[in-house]
Amino acid sequence: MEEDQGINKQLLIIGGSAGSLEVISFLLPKIILPIAYSIVVVIHRKQGIDDLLTGLLQNDCPLPVREAHEKEEIRSGTVYLAPPDYHLLFENNKTFSLDHSEKVNFSRPSIDVSFESASHVYKENLLGLLLSGANQDGTTGIKQIKKMGGRIIIQDPQSAAFPYMPTNAIQVTKPDAVLAKEEMTTFIHNHFSNIAANEKG
Amino acid sequence: MNSDEDVTDEYIEDVLSDTMDIYGYDFSGYSRASIRRRIVRLYSMDNFTNFAAFRYQLRSDVKYFSRFLEQVTVNVTEMFRDPDFFQLLRSRVLPVLGTYPFIRIWIAGCSTGEEAYSMAIILKELNLLHKSLIYATDLNEVVLSKAAKAYFPLQKMQTYTENYLKAGGQKDFSDYYTANYNLAKFDSDLKQKIIFSTHNLVSENSFNQFQLILCRNVLIYFDRRLQIKVLELFNNSLENLGYIGLGSKESLEYSSIYNKYERLTGAKIWRKIRE
Repeated sequence: MEEDQGINKQLLIIGGSAGSLEVISFLLPKIILPIAYSIVVVIHRKQGIDDLLTGLLQNDCPLPVREAHEKEEIRSGTVYLAPPDYHLLFENNKTFSLDHSEKVNFSRPSIDVSFESASHVYKENLLGLLLSGANQDGTTGIKQIKKMGGRIIIQDPQSAAFPYMPTNAIQVTKPDAVLAKEEMTTFIHNHFSNIAANEKG
Repeated sequence: MNSDEDVTDEYIEDVLSDTMDIYGYDFSGYSRASIRRRIVRLYSMDNFTNFAAFRYQLRSDVKYFSRFLEQVTVNVTEMFRDPDFFQLLRSRVLPVLGTYPFIRIWIAGCSTGEEAYSMAIILKELNLLHKSLIYATDLNEVVLSKAAKAYFPLQKMQTYTENYLKAGGQKDFSDYYTANYNLAKFDSDLKQKIIFSTHNLVSENSFNQFQLILCRNVLIYFDRRLQIKVLELFNNSLENLGYIGLGSKESLEYSSIYNKYERLTGAKIWRKIRE
């Protein structure tokens, strides 16, 4: 795994809305290290509190947590946050782009937009995680991740503060796992460990 | 929603070379993730069932190309967007420029004109509008003709009023427009000092010297190489001690002109301090 440090091949993308911040701040400090993948977080939030959120998620998280910058190279071992009021997109050369076009599902950043863009670039090297939320953003995107060969986890609606978003997604796609927040880090760790093991042959 | 796997990267490249070969619009320096999404969105919105049909329509119908141009470029804007930015223009930049006999401002990628009118309002309140000229340009004629009408949706006036006040506006914002059904018609004296004109940042050169250039949320749609080229164009169009204002996620930092500029603390505004 050491030689993979810095080279971004695998990506974990997390999308959430109402009730998801609590899950993400539970999850990030428990990520089993070291990691040879990048983490991107797309969460609905109000404009103007971005620094607060980055700081909040950096708390107790051993990995660097940063807002994603446009045309920035996506590095392993880093947690990137989609900035407020922009859609976050992925270029084929594994850099970010930002887009200030119309809101999608009343949201900017939209989870669907980032999930679809990431699925196009990362294909089977993408693990998608959809969390709690009160609207249907994320449903189309998580379905697309699956369709493009990636794997997907959806938060167990019973454990979600706002079950609408995960419930809606489960109805249209077949997740690889439906998990409570306590079960997520192990699944994520095993997923990426298996890939690393397979690559070593 | 359209399925992504139907639209390969090669299709996108084909469309982009069509727009260049047939219509002379060069999108090769545009960020692929964004333009790809816009093309897939248009294709899906207009109910095409296969990409060859979409490409045929685009190649053969100049009216459809006009729609393509309007839909594929992003035209989301608002008045006094990022009020802090306009507040700084008002308090720190325009008073300096106000000491000049004449102020020339270029708003590049002005879309439907909201920022041009915002600028005119601030200049008017600073009693500088009479000696200013705002060149508002975009590559797209359709949005420019909308801009020239000075009509904006009435429903947006609440947000714009809030932005205006946060940006340091000192009047009753509704003094600047009259409500006409669901539209707000802005006073024609604001428009007298605005020249709307087409200009393509990708293919056209400098056309004047300015003391202030605003280009906000345009560079994010370009790749690094084109961003640098456009920033050089701005540098060549800016007088010494003039200012460049960019969008909240854009920067001069990675460009060759960076060392000629000094950033205003806490703002996406840079001042040219060296020729």
